[in-house]
Amino acid sequence: MLILECPYCGVKADETELHPGGEAHLTRFGPGSSDDAFESYLFMRANPKGVHFERWRHAHGCGKWFHAARCTVTLEVFGTYSAQTTEPPSDIIEKIAARRPGWAKESQA
Amino acid sequence: MSTRLAKGGRLIDRATTHRFTFNGRQMQGYAGDTLASALLAGDQMLVGRSFKYHRPRGIVASGAEEPNALVGLGSGNTFEPNQRVTVTELFDGLEAQSQNHWPSLEFDVGAINAKLSRFLPAGFYYKTFIHPRPFWKHVYEPFIRKSAGLGKAPDKEARDPDTYEHFYAHVDVLVIGGGVAGLQAAKVAAQSGGKVLLIEQNAHWGGRAPVDGGTVDGAEADAWVSATLEELEGMANVTLRARTMGAGLYDHGYATAYERVSDHAPGSDAPRHRLWRIRAGQIVTATGAIERPLSFAGNDIPGVMLASAARDFAVNYAVSPGDRTVVVTNNDDAYRTALALKSLGLSVPAVIDARANGGGALMAEAEAQGIRVLKGKGIAKVQGGARVTGVEICAQAGEGATQETIACDAVAMSGGWSPVVHLWSHIGGKLTWDETENFFRPDPERAPITHDGSAIVTAVGAANGHLGLSEIVSDATSGTTSALKRIGLSVDAAAPEASPRDEAPMEPVWLMPQGAKRALRAKAWLDFQNDVKVTDVQLAAQEGYVSVEHTKRYTTLGMATDQGKLSNINGLAILSQALGEGIPQVGTTTFRPPYTPISLASIAGEAKGELFQPIRRTALHSWHEENGAEWEPVGHWRRPFAYRKPGESTHDAVTRECVATRESLGLLDASTLGKILVKGPDAGRFMDMLYTNMMSSLKPGFCRYGLMCSENGFLMDDGVVARIDEDTFLCHTTTGGAERIHAHMEEWLQTEWWDWKVWVLNVTEQYTQIGVVGPKSRAVLEKLGTEGIGKDDLPFMRWIDGNVGGIPARIFRISFSGELSFEIAVAANRGRELWGKLIEAGQEFNVTPYGTEAMHVLRAEKGFIMIGEETDGTIIPQDLGLHWAISKKKEDYIGKRAQERSFMDNPERWQLVGLETTDGSKLPDGAYAVAPGNNANGQVNTQGRVTSSYHSAALGRPIAMGLVHNGPDRMGEVIEFAMTDGSRVPAKITGTIFFDPEGEKQNV
Repeated sequence: MLILECPYCGVKADETELHPGGEAHLTRFGPGSSDDAFESYLFMRANPKGVHFERWRHAHGCGKWFHAARCTVTLEVFGTYSAQTTEPPSDIIEKIAARRPGWAKESQA
Repeated sequence: MSTRLAKGGRLIDRATTHRFTFNGRQMQGYAGDTLASALLAGDQMLVGRSFKYHRPRGIVASGAEEPNALVGLGSGNTFEPNQRVTVTELFDGLEAQSQNHWPSLEFDVGAINAKLSRFLPAGFYYKTFIHPRPFWKHVYEPFIRKSAGLGKAPDKEARDPDTYEHFYAHVDVLVIGGGVAGLQAAKVAAQSGGKVLLIEQNAHWGGRAPVDGGTVDGAEADAWVSATLEELEGMANVTLRARTMGAGLYDHGYATAYERVSDHAPGSDAPRHRLWRIRAGQIVTATGAIERPLSFAGNDIPGVMLASAARDFAVNYAVSPGDRTVVVTNNDDAYRTALALKSLGLSVPAVIDARANGGGALMAEAEAQGIRVLKGKGIAKVQGGARVTGVEICAQAGEGATQETIACDAVAMSGGWSPVVHLWSHIGGKLTWDETENFFRPDPERAPITHDGSAIVTAVGAANGHLGLSEIVSDATSGTTSALKRIGLSVDAAAPEASPRDEAPMEPVWLMPQGAKRALRAKAWLDFQNDVKVTDVQLAAQEGYVSVEHTKRYTTLGMATDQGKLSNINGLAILSQALGEGIPQVGTTTFRPPYTPISLASIAGEAKGELFQPIRRTALHSWHEENGAEWEPVGHWRRPFAYRKPGESTHDAVTRECVATRESLGLLDASTLGKILVKGPDAGRFMDMLYTNMMSSLKPGFCRYGLMCSENGFLMDDGVVARIDEDTFLCHTTTGGAERIHAHMEEWLQTEWWDWKVWVLNVTEQYTQIGVVGPKSRAVLEKLGTEGIGKDDLPFMRWIDGNVGGIPARIFRISFSGELSFEIAVAANRGRELWGKLIEAGQEFNVTPYGTEAMHVLRAEKGFIMIGEETDGTIIPQDLGLHWAISKKKEDYIGKRAQERSFMDNPERWQLVGLETTDGSKLPDGAYAVAPGNNANGQVNTQGRVTSSYHSAALGRPIAMGLVHNGPDRMGEVIEFAMTDGSRVPAKITGTIFFDPEGEKQNV
């Protein structure tokens, strides 16, 4: 039962208030894209043991989607941030680097 | 025999007698007894039969870790299997039945398994019941099912009359365990001013200390416990709960606790159990330690129990486990049992100490009391069947040659102690092997952490590997102080003076004697409840099992309801020896919540019956209820399925509703249909992405039927869209889809097209919407003063703002029945008023409210699809012949790319057709059309299935729709559908529009 702070309304929300949305920062592939690119977009998901970027919705709260950077092993939360971005903000990356020396975000395949 | 002593018993009240029954036998005990102590007081040592071999089993422990003494409690509606007698508080009228035997506890046919135990080794079932294959289903499985399981499930007609509830608590510090360590931790935490919750699984506080003795802060342990308890009870920031077990620790300080509120007081007004759902800033686990058994032949014979349990029964309940008790140990603590029994005037013929040099001060005290101590010795085997009669003594270093036999009727064993690390481990805390004490203890360097990476759980006292009172209070003080600091609370607490630990080191004894021969090892039990012996674990290792997790599952070690509280460490020590590896290298199995079983009812809490889930009611709900509605659940809504008149069957009612609607006038409560506003400068652009057809070209005042697909291309919802003005669309969704589609829209707007200027709003509950359907629909509306709804004023698929009976309304001319039809939307609070006016004005037209089933029949007669009937999450619009509703012009819409994949754009997909049985029978919903030949699994090939099937009132015969391979190209062909009884029903492939194919009825 995670607690994630909604970056919109500031509520420290219990997991029961939240709806999970899987991996964050996917690029949509539409008509005209290759089969491989479309398959990767629709089905292939990173499932790391460690630092992960996820989409969550404050479903039983303000209703807003947001992103969370957290560790799937230790349950540490490095931060939550707006869903309206294509990559994690630099302050989040710095927080992760400070706690996970040597860590680098994998580029999206 | 076990018996009640004439005096003593710190927890019992001899003035109050409780009567109870065990297997129908009348027995009695005192207030304060557990069922275990009361059974022992009545010389009922034999309490059950083991799982696999049906060996006679007695009480082994005195607390939550008890593996053997499980009984069925109560009867009828209150019957509950697998209850541990050691944690069942006695009350007057208690009924208990022993388990896993036939025909009786004393004489059991299944005990033949014990004679066959050589042939029932680890993995026996896996090895034996594989061949011949057909035997599994008809012979082996029924037999195994019959012999599996301990207690009986309650009768299926039984209904639990008790109530259960959830409690929510938010605290700074949660302390789990109310022994000396937990009390001291709570005291320190309370001094910080923080909010503290202290819970204890037993009815009594103080843990082992009041029995084991010693002093804290200059007082006897039990006096200190009472004083500390009183102090804590007087503090406003402290909540104390006995009978409340810490069940599980989870992410970010979430914990569950299980309070047995009135198990001990049946008939009270209180709920039976309470599940606490706790959020804590810091968690302190002061859960103590559990004594380990020793592995010697016959260690499961009734009368062999843990040394600490023997001491507990004697001191707490004045119950002697036997007249002559032999103590066997590898550590000093068990001498406390010898001394306690001796001081109560009981006979202790010998203490058998496996250590060559024996123990320290406690041994010296025992010897001074005249107790015989045998050093470097062990038990070769226990004599006796249903009860211990003696022990054969051997050299611990040898192979088990008997040197001496000592007559006794009880054996108190101690193999050392294991800290209760379960809660610490639930949430990722790591363990370290203590080479001196030979146990796993929490590794403070690898504590469970919370969101910011800091530790959130602190183990203190015996749970942290400290076994002396002085060490315990000191550890509880420093550990809690550190925990408080992490949440910004500070205290300046000093640990009180307490008795130091004065014991000689224990020596690990994983097998007794060390070189025990097979015959002895095969009778040395590790897991009492699941009947796993030393030889089983050794066999697993011999057969190649190297992982402790695999060995657990292969041998079932630790998989019983006690989750291996007594057996795990002994079992993995045997495994590590067999593998030639160290215990820490072999490691433990995973600890999972709950710590001990909790009732399913406590998890359900209040959520049962009417409170199971909320029910959504339309503004017309009570009218439906008063007029014979038979309900159909649709999502959380209740919709009338049909309105039965007195004496009418459901089928009759549906037929009457269909006929009246087609002939004159029907009314449908369509309020539950989803209504979502999409508004903003980019609304048209957004609508074009949501729907497969072009919506941006829809003019204000017009309606258009639209389809919505998922990004995977599958049809997910449909409905009529009305354009309200340049910037505003009103989307109708299916009843079950409103919330889901609204969330779908929000997701795309917030996470993909966040720069588009669009707002969406779910206004489903703001409107009452009534379908006014049938040839007389225009007449009834005009009678109520509605203007502008003539054939040419308001053509099909148009809407206007107007009023009906003086109520402002939006009037849509749309139809889901093929009839002339209007849907009237009014503010929800005027819905009931409008319905009343329609009913009244409709009398001359035989106005007939109709339910969802008539709605289905009417739509199926017209070949209209229904989401969830014609679709199932694998259907694309093209399968349903809806190509006309898919824009070819649009570059993109959600699902478009997916529908271009080769298997979506494939003529081999099953497609929608009508079906007409040649024998006039009604096809079952979901029936499959068979095709020639069999598939790779030997099953008959299929070529289609029925998606909707109804009796058409208008046509006087059944109609059906289905998806059929190449269906639209096979008009007139007859295919066969398989019935569940093996017969086949032929049906002709037809078009999907069964009624009024030209649409003349709608166009008036």
